Amino acid sequence: MTELSIEKLHEMLKKGEVTSEELINEALRKSHEIQKTCNAFVTIMDDIKPGEVTDDLLSGIPYGIKDNYSTKDILSTGSSNTLKDYVPFFDATAVANLKKHGAVAVNKTALDEFGMGGTGTTAHTGIIRNPWDLKRMCAGSSSGSAAAVAAGVYPYALGSDTGDSIRKPAAFCGIVGYKPTYGMISRYGLFPFASSLDHCGVLTRNVKDAAIVVDAMKGIDKYDQTSWDSSNIHLYDSINGNVKGKKLFYIKEIVDVSNYPDASNELKKHLEIFNQTIEKLRNIGVSVEEISFDKELLNAIPSVYVCLSCAEATSNMSNLTGIIFGPRGHGDGVMDMIKDHRTKGFSPLIKRRFVIGSYILQKENQERYFVNAGRVRRLIVDKMKELFKEYDALILPVSTGVAPYIDGSKDELNSDNTAILEEHLQIGNFGGFPSITIPNGFIDNLPVGINITGNCYDDVNVLNLAFALESQMNYKNMIAGGHYE
Amino acid sequence: MSKYKAVIGLEMHCELKSNSKVFSSAKNSYDEVANVNVRPVDMAFPGTLPVVNKECIQKALKMSMVLNCKQPKYMYFDRKNYYYPDLPKGFQITQMHDPVGIDGHITIECNGYDKEVLIHDIHLEEDAASLDHYFDVSLIDYNRAGVPLLELVTEPCLNSAEEAVAFLETMRRIYQYCDVSEADTKKGQIRCDVNVSILAPDDKELGTKVEIKNINSFGNVYDAIVYEIKRQSELKNAGRYDEVMQETRRFDEESGTTIFMRSKVDAIDYKYFVEPNIPKYKIDENWLEEIRKTIPVLPRERKIKYINELGLSEYDATIIVKEKDYADYFEECINLGMDAKTAANWLTVQIIAYLSKHDIELKDFYLKPIYLKQIIDELGKGTISSKQAKEIFFKALEEEKEPKNFISKDNAQISDQKVIEDIINKILLDNSKQVAEYKNGKTNLFDYFVGQVMKETRGKANPVVTKEILKDKLDN
Repeated sequence: MTELSIEKLHEMLKKGEVTSEELINEALRKSHEIQKTCNAFVTIMDDIKPGEVTDDLLSGIPYGIKDNYSTKDILSTGSSNTLKDYVPFFDATAVANLKKHGAVAVNKTALDEFGMGGTGTTAHTGIIRNPWDLKRMCAGSSSGSAAAVAAGVYPYALGSDTGDSIRKPAAFCGIVGYKPTYGMISRYGLFPFASSLDHCGVLTRNVKDAAIVVDAMKGIDKYDQTSWDSSNIHLYDSINGNVKGKKLFYIKEIVDVSNYPDASNELKKHLEIFNQTIEKLRNIGVSVEEISFDKELLNAIPSVYVCLSCAEATSNMSNLTGIIFGPRGHGDGVMDMIKDHRTKGFSPLIKRRFVIGSYILQKENQERYFVNAGRVRRLIVDKMKELFKEYDALILPVSTGVAPYIDGSKDELNSDNTAILEEHLQIGNFGGFPSITIPNGFIDNLPVGINITGNCYDDVNVLNLAFALESQMNYKNMIAGGHYE
Repeated sequence: MSKYKAVIGLEMHCELKSNSKVFSSAKNSYDEVANVNVRPVDMAFPGTLPVVNKECIQKALKMSMVLNCKQPKYMYFDRKNYYYPDLPKGFQITQMHDPVGIDGHITIECNGYDKEVLIHDIHLEEDAASLDHYFDVSLIDYNRAGVPLLELVTEPCLNSAEEAVAFLETMRRIYQYCDVSEADTKKGQIRCDVNVSILAPDDKELGTKVEIKNINSFGNVYDAIVYEIKRQSELKNAGRYDEVMQETRRFDEESGTTIFMRSKVDAIDYKYFVEPNIPKYKIDENWLEEIRKTIPVLPRERKIKYINELGLSEYDATIIVKEKDYADYFEECINLGMDAKTAANWLTVQIIAYLSKHDIELKDFYLKPIYLKQIIDELGKGTISSKQAKEIFFKALEEEKEPKNFISKDNAQISDQKVIEDIINKILLDNSKQVAEYKNGKTNLFDYFVGQVMKETRGKANPVVTKEILKDKLDN
């Protein structure tokens, strides 16, 4: 049952065809199965009570929470040893909002430590594996959430997205990943990575479910000054599939195969699928135009992202000292204790990012790296906003193809000239733009994704386009392992 | 004193008065019990976010205006990053790029002369937790973590310990007048850093600047500056000025000396950057105007008015403007139509002595100006003597009843000439023998007649009037 959509499950619950208890038991049973194969969870809440079924679409339905959301009385580790025993005494606002809607959390999903990775290989509980092929990664950092939703454990799981941490795993796992406009969902209680880029969001198996969940998560919050009042926005109710006359654009410098002289067959196929999908959109009356974007700006995206995210992260995670929470370090004096806690607690990847962030913020380097990165960010966002005056949204393929293998050389495509294809989703974080990834077909029985990104506050438009496109394809409500081609 | 000119700059940290903390909804109040005014954000639990308290911004802007500073167009904050056990987030939210005020100035009075003090900037930030160190443990109290702090930085424009303390005293008083802070050094609400260098008359460049950090009383500021000038001067006199290093020192209260803490070479790079969780916002001009309207008349202006317009002595005026409560009380008296000098006299002598004896504040003092007026009015009319007035003053305070209750007809002094004259006539008639003796030169009998009048009126006859009439009758 838990592989069904929220709408369907709600209907069945209301009719009494299934009970909340049955759904939760099934979700828990599947959690344990998936844990064995994918290692997707930090905590499975075996003793969770079923929820009351009301008229609320989410009531009584199980879901998963990424482990970087603060959950009251439930272990919340951020997949880091620095918080391996941390049990918060308050709920993140987004989680509290879902509780009010009667949603029932059944597990906490594993992630790249504090969201600072894109592979799902750096969680303190070990590597998270892709349910479509256990030898492959889910991408990250919402790896556990993506794996669990793709495996049909429940209809949705919460994610967070600083660079592409919802939208890339969604692509590699054949599901939907949506991060709404910055500030639509409060970040209070989300363990921060880079505050100006961090977004809350959700992973689902269809577009309407994403709208339903974000409707429940969102809202202005007195504990997050960057949140805004969206009470006049009703995402789910606004989805009507009416997209005739909408104008989309894609960026030539990213999707033209001639940009990649060493393109593998996989990449060629990936771009071919993208072009076929664009035709599908045109067939339903959506215009899709190719535009040219300053290549220099595009090439700067990954380094701008590294500069800004590492700098903010270094500062954001300075609260992890082991003094107030987390395992107390050892040493003579408090500074040595802090050093010991952090040396033992963080993975090498995070430490590397801290070193970069710290270097960038140093007085003598700030102007050259941090301030300039901020300027380039502004240039990119301004250019996007200019384009959004003319176009409803940007559409691009996600990544260079399917999920890479966990072991061995990642893949031969990972050369510098495809970096832009791997990293362009970060534009959505630079501008706080609403952005959604949906499945876009298969290469060798592995899913690939496509992304639609719109202007700030234009979430309804983005969801509508995604819904219309989803309706033109057969990849809705996919479960890993099924046969869809 | 030294032959060198001292050049002093001050950094004055003052805790603001507000309902809640500057970036947290926890209560901002001094508490003896540790860790009671704490919200998750004050201990930096993962995922917590700062939310700006508008009341604090308003008060900071108010002080920026009082100091004649320029206010920024946009309000935003910066992070100052460093590790210390009293700093839960690992950074302090402060203002580095665009503080609430820059380039200000204010005139202060020091030993009878006026001095213009230049203000480099004034900025709003959060306080750290407080630490208590014991033999083998340290305790952290987060009540203070996140308490709003205003940091005021002067230009190096002060030239003596007296000027520095006069400036601090002036500012303390202004904070209180503006209701921005209690500014109580005993509660640790004011802390200062002091920069001192010295300059020979023919020196072209400023001397080496030495910083003395975290001084918690004005007396210590004075002592630290005096010591530091002496130390630097002696080294310079001995031709060892190169031993004065650009460094940070602390003041040691016991020895009255400054002690080396760290060299400027080891200065921490705070890696300032804009706080991303507090959106930058435009400061509304209308709001600034509203804030400007809340600035009260400051002590300096009040003092000038009291002397020039109300005819008070410099001494009385100085005492009255010392505290806003005093000045407000005094002005209320004037508004009620009391004579300025009389009101000033009652305030500076009786009332302040009473407050100090009972260790209470004027706002808790029972005799409001309206009640004081009852006493002063009767005294003016002559219905009560000044001795009686004082008695009524204390009686009213003791019983917390309006003075008029003690100015009943029975108790009232008899000042009516006619009434007293009648009584005197009767007494002189009844004591013809004594009258004759008086007239024969036994003038010390005068007090006997006064005594008889008092006996007759049970002490209520106005003694001055009584004596006048008696003298008139007996001597003529």
